Amino acid sequence: MTPEEHARKYPQVWERFTPRETLVRYAWFIGIVFVAVWSLNRLEIPWFYFLDAHEQAADLVARMVPPYWEFFYDIAGPLIETIHIATLGTVITVVFALPIAFLAARNTTPNAATWFIGRFILVASRSVNTVVWGLIFVAVFGPGPMAGIWSIAARSVGFVGKLTAESIEEIDRGTTEAIEATGASRLQVLMIGVIPQVLPVIYGTIVYRWDINIRESTVLGFVGAGGIGIMLYSSINQFAWHEVSVMLIAIFGIVLVSELVSATVRKRIT
Amino acid sequence: MLAITDLVKVYPSGEQALGGVNLQVEEPQVVAVIGSSGAGKSTLIRCINRLVEPTSGRVLLKDTDVTALSRRALRRARRRMGMIFQEYNLVERLTVMENVLSGRLGYVSFWQAYRRKYPSQDISRAFELLRRVGLEGYHNTRADALSGGQRQRVGIARALMQQPDLLLVDEPTASLDPKTARQIMRLLCELAHEQGTPALVNIHDVNLAQEFADRVVGLAGGVIAFDGAAHELTPAVLNEIYGEEDWSKTIKKPTAERSAGEDRGSMEQESAAG
Repeated sequence: MTPEEHARKYPQVWERFTPRETLVRYAWFIGIVFVAVWSLNRLEIPWFYFLDAHEQAADLVARMVPPYWEFFYDIAGPLIETIHIATLGTVITVVFALPIAFLAARNTTPNAATWFIGRFILVASRSVNTVVWGLIFVAVFGPGPMAGIWSIAARSVGFVGKLTAESIEEIDRGTTEAIEATGASRLQVLMIGVIPQVLPVIYGTIVYRWDINIRESTVLGFVGAGGIGIMLYSSINQFAWHEVSVMLIAIFGIVLVSELVSATVRKRIT
Repeated sequence: MLAITDLVKVYPSGEQALGGVNLQVEEPQVVAVIGSSGAGKSTLIRCINRLVEPTSGRVLLKDTDVTALSRRALRRARRRMGMIFQEYNLVERLTVMENVLSGRLGYVSFWQAYRRKYPSQDISRAFELLRRVGLEGYHNTRADALSGGQRQRVGIARALMQQPDLLLVDEPTASLDPKTARQIMRLLCELAHEQGTPALVNIHDVNLAQEFADRVVGLAGGVIAFDGAAHELTPAVLNEIYGEEDWSKTIKKPTAERSAGEDRGSMEQESAAG
């Protein structure tokens, strides 16, 4: 076959998108740029302050160094309290999140009403930020770590519950069918047929959430819910930047450790 | 032992899977159920223990009308029916022993099962069955570390753990290589005869059905098109079950009997490797 014959026999033009599709793609792009520009306009940002932003930042860093290292003895207690708030909050999360996950998964929930209740709890928990939960629980329990623990738990139930429910919905139906076929009760099917299949996801999610909770509990003190946050807040208000830098370094340290722990645990789960 | 009368199943989609099936199994025999995909084999087996809810008709297991039972009574009836699956359906992350003992779940409480505290006679029976299916020493191995043939052996042990009155077997060999498939079919049929348990075996492979089953039932379009001894299968019968095709090479010839008898002796060595 000569090249001419070949060209006659097979098409020489191929395009991934039709002209109409190309137009739509450009329209989306222009639309997104428009939305971004419009939002910036609406915010009425005082650009004037940006002119010396780099000088302000340099000034702040200069005030932070050298860190006032002795301050560490003052924050060690609140720092440990912060970790306790995150850990206890996560423990409470586990107790509540697992039953709710079974209600919120379509394949394990008893009926449509229980499914709705499960989903509602998960959405309600996730739609409120931990700090806002903190404000609510400070009003209920008064200021202190108790409010912090419950606000951590209230927010984490939605996170752990949702991810667990999703993994329950993806389990192998054949396995539960086989357990049902032995004459096992509903609870036995959950325990032997369902839970072993989702256990790695449950462990992984809980450890990951604990890691997030350590970070979140460092700011709970801003609203009076215990931990190192209250000291951070007061040092910032007093412009005691040498103290602030010590606290930031300490928080960086525990977050780093918690992330290492969480990564190691998640890697070892099979 | 098992009497199925006018069993009908219409799925919510409107598809009729079973159109009035009548089937009796009186003696402890292996009944192969053959038929093309979509003929209703799986539905038939699942209607017997009501993993699929039949639309109408009756299923009698000895004197129990399975179709009329409450949820609670159904669970008690399911204890008497062992089931074996194409994809084995083991709990992958549990050990072989936990999987085998799960056959006793219908007899133990939730807390016994939670703490894995099964009665001692269950435990020794589990060890005996593991030895019998060729998995001695594998009790602490996790199911996901086993090969396909080994998993199916665990599946068989789990079903027999129930000491069932009936075995329901859904395509036990369809996910296995030809050699392992033969070993599994042989083991299954030997055990069914040893324990005196009738078995209803859905199977795609006509050759395996002919070789190992005592009786063959052919399903076509949700009704029984053939019910007879394995040697009664003829091209005409297969045409009726599956539709027109050249069956001359599929039907087992009398000379093939001897080679089938020969590899029976090599089973002991093969069994653990499967």
